[in-house]
Amino acid sequence: MKRHMTRTGGRSMRNPAVSCQRSAVSYQLTAGLARDVEERLTVLFRQSKVIGGLYRSMGQEGESVATAYALERTDAILPLIRNMGALMTMGVRPREIFLQYMAKARSNSRGRDLNIHIVHLPVAGAAEPVVVGPISMLGDSIPVAAGIAMGARMRGQNMVAMAWIGDGATSTGAFHEGLNFAAVQRIPLIVVAEDNKFAYSTPIAKQMNIARIDERAAAYGIPHEMVDGNDMLAVYDVTKRLVDRARFGGGAALIGVDTMRMQGHAQHDDARYVPKALLEEWAKKDPIARFRTHLLETGAATEQDIDEIDAMTKRFASDEAQLAEDDAMPDPSTVTRGVYAGDDFAQPQVEFVKSPFRS
Amino acid sequence: MAVITYLEAIRQALGEEMARDERVFILGEDVGAYGGAFKATEGLQERFGEARVVDTPISETAIVGSAIGASYMGMRPVCEIQFIDFIACCFDMLTNFAATSRYRNGAGVSIVVRGPCGGGVGGGPFHSVNPEAFFLNTPGLKMVEPSTAYDAKGLLKAAIRDDDPVLYFEHKFLYRRIKDEVPEEDYVVPLGKAAIRREGSDLSIITFGAMTHTAMDAAATLSDAGVEAEVLDLRSLAPLDREAILTTVSKTSRALVLYEATRTGGIGGELAAILAEDAFEYLDAPVMRVASVDTPVPYSPPLEAAFLPNADKVVAAAQKLVEY
Repeated sequence: MKRHMTRTGGRSMRNPAVSCQRSAVSYQLTAGLARDVEERLTVLFRQSKVIGGLYRSMGQEGESVATAYALERTDAILPLIRNMGALMTMGVRPREIFLQYMAKARSNSRGRDLNIHIVHLPVAGAAEPVVVGPISMLGDSIPVAAGIAMGARMRGQNMVAMAWIGDGATSTGAFHEGLNFAAVQRIPLIVVAEDNKFAYSTPIAKQMNIARIDERAAAYGIPHEMVDGNDMLAVYDVTKRLVDRARFGGGAALIGVDTMRMQGHAQHDDARYVPKALLEEWAKKDPIARFRTHLLETGAATEQDIDEIDAMTKRFASDEAQLAEDDAMPDPSTVTRGVYAGDDFAQPQVEFVKSPFRS
Repeated sequence: MAVITYLEAIRQALGEEMARDERVFILGEDVGAYGGAFKATEGLQERFGEARVVDTPISETAIVGSAIGASYMGMRPVCEIQFIDFIACCFDMLTNFAATSRYRNGAGVSIVVRGPCGGGVGGGPFHSVNPEAFFLNTPGLKMVEPSTAYDAKGLLKAAIRDDDPVLYFEHKFLYRRIKDEVPEEDYVVPLGKAAIRREGSDLSIITFGAMTHTAMDAAATLSDAGVEAEVLDLRSLAPLDREAILTTVSKTSRALVLYEATRTGGIGGELAAILAEDAFEYLDAPVMRVASVDTPVPYSPPLEAAFLPNADKVVAAAQKLVEY
């Protein structure tokens, strides 16, 4: 398994230059922002301001950020509920997330769909990503992602599509159909298969009879690699190599990430089925804490730098949440609008922020 | 005007739309060099290349899922489902995802999913279904089913140009049996518009697809007995042409709903409900349904004949209706 940092964060990587093309500090900032946005959501959830469930990606922010970092800003992402990090990396404005979770009128789905179920199809020439949010019939994202990359290729765009999928969802037929189709058609699709140990309450051993999730791809004749998902630099390196390969005609690939879901499936779930020892073991490998240690040990940042970044992301998340909270709920008279083309109902766009998240 | 088959009309519509709009492409099983199980795409890969006539694995979810993705990127995919029965394999992709996409996020899905439906050819339980009722309860989808070559071509062109997901059911019994005049020049048959196939004053037979021809046969027999049936061919099943349905029934005051799918929970129930709600005061008799019996589609010819509606069953029902 690809691993760059020691368990506590000390550097052990062979070729640091590859990972440091972008400012190392920005990984910390983006992963921290993802966590802070979710922390704000947890507060809003406890105040009953979040409608429906809240799904945390605690412990998985690192792989989500580092995989997305390997993309270009105009690529396509198909995140699942635990890929807040990918959304933040691509520059989705946090307010969009809060508007969605609180089912507000100006949310991307205008109150019609849950949490991070956003879709963004940029106008021609915009320096923005294609975003297709989670499809709850898990696995469906894979054929859709293949079609996005195929459609872009047909239109002469050099686009890579990246779809994240949990260990449970790799058991679906849609996952296998989509990956096989992408392989046969040499479609520039990168699948990030997250082994986070549990699919809701079901342990991975009940999900697949293979030791490594990346072996799911073995039958499709495409490259697949396993990487320490809580080591952002290692994740970035593996992903970047496969993204570049896909972009220049090499076809689809799958990256297996070894990580841990540190909370329940959603906030209602106390996850008592997860052994305490497992949580304790993974708590020591927290991707954000590990990266902080790495920054300090390599001298890339000081304690004060990192504290300032932490304060900044917390404040940003809090301000964005407040803006969304103040927004209106949807007008019930709009309930029948926009089922079919031609009634001129709003075509919602996702708002993006630029730096400091992307160079 | 040339006289062509229903199947040739489909093939022409595909070829003309691909020539007209480079965003249109085809994907499905055996659609390339082989030209499709029923030859609907014959010659198209030779003409447009492998990139635009894509042979896929046997993966209906991948076919429709990737078509949705490509449509997000501005393409106009036409998916072929080899037998429409297999549309059940991508039911989730169509109902949960494609149908809701515009409503959820304003992301239109401009795909056509077409395939051969219907019985009468000894296809048995897995190659004969009429699936419209599976989808009728799903807002966001459109559905059409032509009965003539003219409509087969015009409806397919309209479906490809439409900005919403359209299910296009082509009745395999009609592929080579039905021929009619089709103009040389470009035309479309608009979605959502029914057509009167025969005028009459004593009852309305509301139907579509292959059953339109059954209705016409029954109407000829009824006419010999002095009963004049009006035949309304719905052409579009979603959206339904409510105006045409209400107009014909307000004229004849008697409605017979004829459809080839099985009786219970079929589209005929919805048509009867529309008439009960909006045409009650015009009706002189209860709305009657003639449909297939409530079993899987049987294989052996005597069994299938007993299963399917036919002109005799329609005539018998119509006579009961006019005598009510």
